[in-house]
Amino acid sequence: MTGSTFDLAPPLALELSHITKHYARTTALTDASLRVRAGTVHAILGENGAGKTTLMRVAYGLSRADSGEVRVRGERVHFATPADAIAAGIGMVHQHLTLVPAMTVAENIALGGRGLLRTTEMVRRVEELTARTGFALDPRARIEDLSVGAQQRVEIAKALTRNAAILILDEPTAVLAPAETDNLLRWLRAYAEEGRSALLITHKLRDALAVADDITVLRAGRVVFSGAAAASTIPQLTSAMLGATFTYTPPPAAHRSAQSGLPVLGAEDISVVDSTGRTRVRAATLVVRAGERVGIAAIEGAGQRELLRALSGRMPIASGRLTIPAVVGFVPEDRYGDALLPDGSLVENVALRGAGHRRGLMPWAGLRALTSRLLAHHDVRARNGAQVARTLSGGNQQKLVLAREMGATTDQPSPLAIVVENPTRGLDVHATAAVHDRLREASANGAAVLVYSSDLDELLAITTRVVVMFDGVLTEVATDRRLIGEGMLGLNAAATATPAVTP
Amino acid sequence: MIASFTSSRGRSAWVVLLAFGILAIAIGAMLFLGGYSPQAAATALWHGSLGSWYSITSATLVRAVPLMLTGCAVAVAFRGGVFNIGAEGQLLVGAAAAAATALSLPSGGAFTICVALVAGALAGGAWAAIAALLRARFGVLEVISTIMLNFVALHGVSYLVRGSLQEPTRIYPQSSTIADALQLPRFPGAGRLHVGLILALILLAACGWIFRFTASGFRLQSVGQSPSAAATAGLVDIRSVTVMAFLSSGALAGLAGAVEVLGVTYALYENISPGYGYTAIAVALLADLDPWRIVASATLFGALEAGGAAMQRDANIPSSFVSMIEALLLLAVVGTQTVRRRSRIDGIAESDGAVTAT
Amino acid sequence: MNDVLTPFLSATIRTATPLVLAALGEVLVERAGLINLGLEGAILAGAFGSLVGATAGGLVAGYLGAICGGVIVAAIFAVFVVWLKADQIITGTAITLLSAGATGTLYRAWYGASGAALRTPTSTPIAIPGLVHLPVIGPALFAQPLLTYVAYLLVPSLAWWLARTHTGLALRATGERPDAAETAGIRVVRVRIAAVLAGGVLGGLAGGTLVLAQAGTFAEGMSAGRGFIAVSIVVLGRWNPLGVAVASLVFGAASALQFAFQAMGWRAPYQLFLVMPYLLTLAGLAGVVGRARPPQSLGKPL
Repeated sequence: MTGSTFDLAPPLALELSHITKHYARTTALTDASLRVRAGTVHAILGENGAGKTTLMRVAYGLSRADSGEVRVRGERVHFATPADAIAAGIGMVHQHLTLVPAMTVAENIALGGRGLLRTTEMVRRVEELTARTGFALDPRARIEDLSVGAQQRVEIAKALTRNAAILILDEPTAVLAPAETDNLLRWLRAYAEEGRSALLITHKLRDALAVADDITVLRAGRVVFSGAAAASTIPQLTSAMLGATFTYTPPPAAHRSAQSGLPVLGAEDISVVDSTGRTRVRAATLVVRAGERVGIAAIEGAGQRELLRALSGRMPIASGRLTIPAVVGFVPEDRYGDALLPDGSLVENVALRGAGHRRGLMPWAGLRALTSRLLAHHDVRARNGAQVARTLSGGNQQKLVLAREMGATTDQPSPLAIVVENPTRGLDVHATAAVHDRLREASANGAAVLVYSSDLDELLAITTRVVVMFDGVLTEVATDRRLIGEGMLGLNAAATATPAVTP
Repeated sequence: MIASFTSSRGRSAWVVLLAFGILAIAIGAMLFLGGYSPQAAATALWHGSLGSWYSITSATLVRAVPLMLTGCAVAVAFRGGVFNIGAEGQLLVGAAAAAATALSLPSGGAFTICVALVAGALAGGAWAAIAALLRARFGVLEVISTIMLNFVALHGVSYLVRGSLQEPTRIYPQSSTIADALQLPRFPGAGRLHVGLILALILLAACGWIFRFTASGFRLQSVGQSPSAAATAGLVDIRSVTVMAFLSSGALAGLAGAVEVLGVTYALYENISPGYGYTAIAVALLADLDPWRIVASATLFGALEAGGAAMQRDANIPSSFVSMIEALLLLAVVGTQTVRRRSRIDGIAESDGAVTAT
Repeated sequence: MNDVLTPFLSATIRTATPLVLAALGEVLVERAGLINLGLEGAILAGAFGSLVGATAGGLVAGYLGAICGGVIVAAIFAVFVVWLKADQIITGTAITLLSAGATGTLYRAWYGASGAALRTPTSTPIAIPGLVHLPVIGPALFAQPLLTYVAYLLVPSLAWWLARTHTGLALRATGERPDAAETAGIRVVRVRIAAVLAGGVLGGLAGGTLVLAQAGTFAEGMSAGRGFIAVSIVVLGRWNPLGVAVASLVFGAASALQFAFQAMGWRAPYQLFLVMPYLLTLAGLAGVVGRARPPQSLGKPL
């Protein structure tokens, strides 16, 4: 007999109440509360830096809250480490996957256990997971040989081995192609319908509305909205995420009638081989003209990394013909590792451009003046040029890198071509808008711009033309979201006609 | 300017104080364990290092000269991201080459001295080039290769002083004495102190200037800080910069060996260096890899070495006691580096917050 | 022929024993993601510890002293590297210098400067009944001091432990991707400290064999670079116990050539034999590196 829901309301799967968390001298969360019902998908929306990940780290025992309490199925819990959270039935899939690339699927899933490692037992466990999740997992495959989507499925399976009844996924769709995203969301739905709960951390409204029962929105460490997804509207959620005062309307994407200027970047039948000897780019041909903004759509590891580096003169080509200007501005995805001297001053970071060709004495006076100019013109929030780069926020670091790569310096003219790779990853909406504006401005001034973004919507919004890359092969496609999505997975005729990967 | 290892100057002074407090306790404990009188040790240390004009010039500064040069060698390498632990071997090879050159040249005079010094520097550079080649061509970490080459150099010198370079009577394992005209001149009224000091100071000043004001100095340090950023954003040829760092570092260490032979020992011995090449790591790190501060830290370590010799002589405390103090000093510097750095970041993050708030 | 071959093999095993012990310890350390150049210091401290122990309380105390010596040095390394996050290369170098200084000082203070007459009890070879009578290899392999047999057993057991147990898997994951290990509930800091201490035990025992099974006495700096060679052996053996055993044997054989050549009346400068291990290391590293893959997070602080 079931009692009235009034008396016996099912306990919440997970309840975080009044969580406050300070880091060093910044406050990540202020009095944030979250109630996750059993059998539902709960989306947590917010901009980068809004506190979504911190809140989930608290729920998973990776961070300890300064105040507030955590309850799992009604029981008050105190997680000191993830091991405690795992024991309480919580699983987490991190944005940056935490798998050991050199190990097999079976070993990764076995990680954290006790006693002897029995191969047969490990394989059986993976097979059991395959049956339970519907994911095809090869227990003996090495993680590093799997695609990002497959790795993510391993990560989910790993979280489920310990019978997680609450699954937290941090930005799981950020690296997936549209079709893969759809599959994942469908799977999450089915998972929740078995009576368990999924928490989906995302900044994509589209994903949240597609799958969630409930939505909680965080902004600047505070919960600013929570309610049923069915009752939420896009404008409501947008203004909750961005704040009522912020009005950013992306300029119309389409002036696709690309004013064909002169070709600036040209690749003819080029192939690129990476340091491990794998051919990453196969017979690629591409022309980017002055004033054009060309986007490359691809899933992780399709060869876009190498293509961008070849076209910006950062990587040698193995064959083919490359026509590029003497100076190409380049903004790599990993700005912290590949574009900045984190311990250097901003002046030194500006001086880095052209360091390879500079002779004689350093033009420090000119560089200092240039840095001040760049900081002012590009709205980089810094005290002065002597500040150390690592102490800037991610958005300001990216603005600095863009400023350095796009303009003239003491000894180099403005580049005729600019190549950027995931230029807004990890940036908040204001910084993202600034980056987009800079790219438009550059092409308006006659530069050829080549962009790769793992976010297809961003790509469609800022480029004039999109080229799909799959398994090292470039294909021109019509600017259509569905066609591009299929091309990214090699599903359209042109891409599938090309030879498969040979390691 | 950039210093990839440290940049902070006495921010959280208490951490450093604590580290050096522990250091002092450790030294005291070792004296106690060894049954030595701390007072006798301190007296001998003082008298042997800074207690008199003679000990300052003939003991401390004479030992500071090779430490300045090898310390500079380590600073050049470390700033370029090259972990050259091989200054000791490069010094030995430089000493052997300088001795061989000086002993085979007929005439004396300034020019021949220069030839012998250059020979030492070239030999040190060539010795480092082996490690550079192993890293550039085969990917062998220089940490291991330079240590191995230190042992090879040590046994090589041991072979030379019993073989082709041995003195004519073939009794002692050492070379003949270098002719007076080929010895580095001494400062009048300053005991054994020789003009190698001037050379060391000039080279340190030159390195300081190169680091701060030249394009190649900036390239070196950007590669040391972040090879990938230097290559991707600066289009710097990492390999050639790294090889240059190896070669110049080796040349400086080789020069230290040449200066030691021509200015102090006047002959090649097996134990010509009491580990100057290893002490140099401590010298350079204590100075935050800054050439000007290497002058001070080399003098400090020179005083320790000099005092150590006096402790052995006057208080019967083994000289290895001083190498222990030096190692502890190095540990204190390395151990506090991360802590000092962390506090610096926090400090700036706070002011960064103030900036974004406006 | 056997009067050359058997002593040659025997000398190979004898020289390889301290190397394999130290290198197995370093395998654990490096598989956990750390490089301990202080291994040289641990060996030296182990040698000195065994001298202290053996002169005070006999052979068993000697081995205990060796372990203590190695562990003390390893503990200092662990404090600096795991806790203070100090640079591993510099810390390792500094610790080796510290150990050389401290053992030298204490040796002279406690045993006088001469030391020449100082003898410790030594670990006599134990013949394994049956096996020792095998032709040629029997007397070479199965009439060895106790620690050699310990090394024989350690090689397969560590290989098994790394591959077939969850703790071994946890150690490997810690060296590859500490963040992944941490999220899987593994206490990465503890794993690293335990690995360093275990490396200290084995490094200390390596020093102990030098004194108790070979020289019968202590000399300043008697480790003579074996710790650094052991670090290279780990690379040559591709971070795996069986490979490390093979690489140690190659080194042992190279050093034992000296005795074989002398027995055959071949003359060469003795320094040539002394530099052989170092040259061999360089040649071996040049041949192997690039084809072997180190643990992904080797040398990176947490």
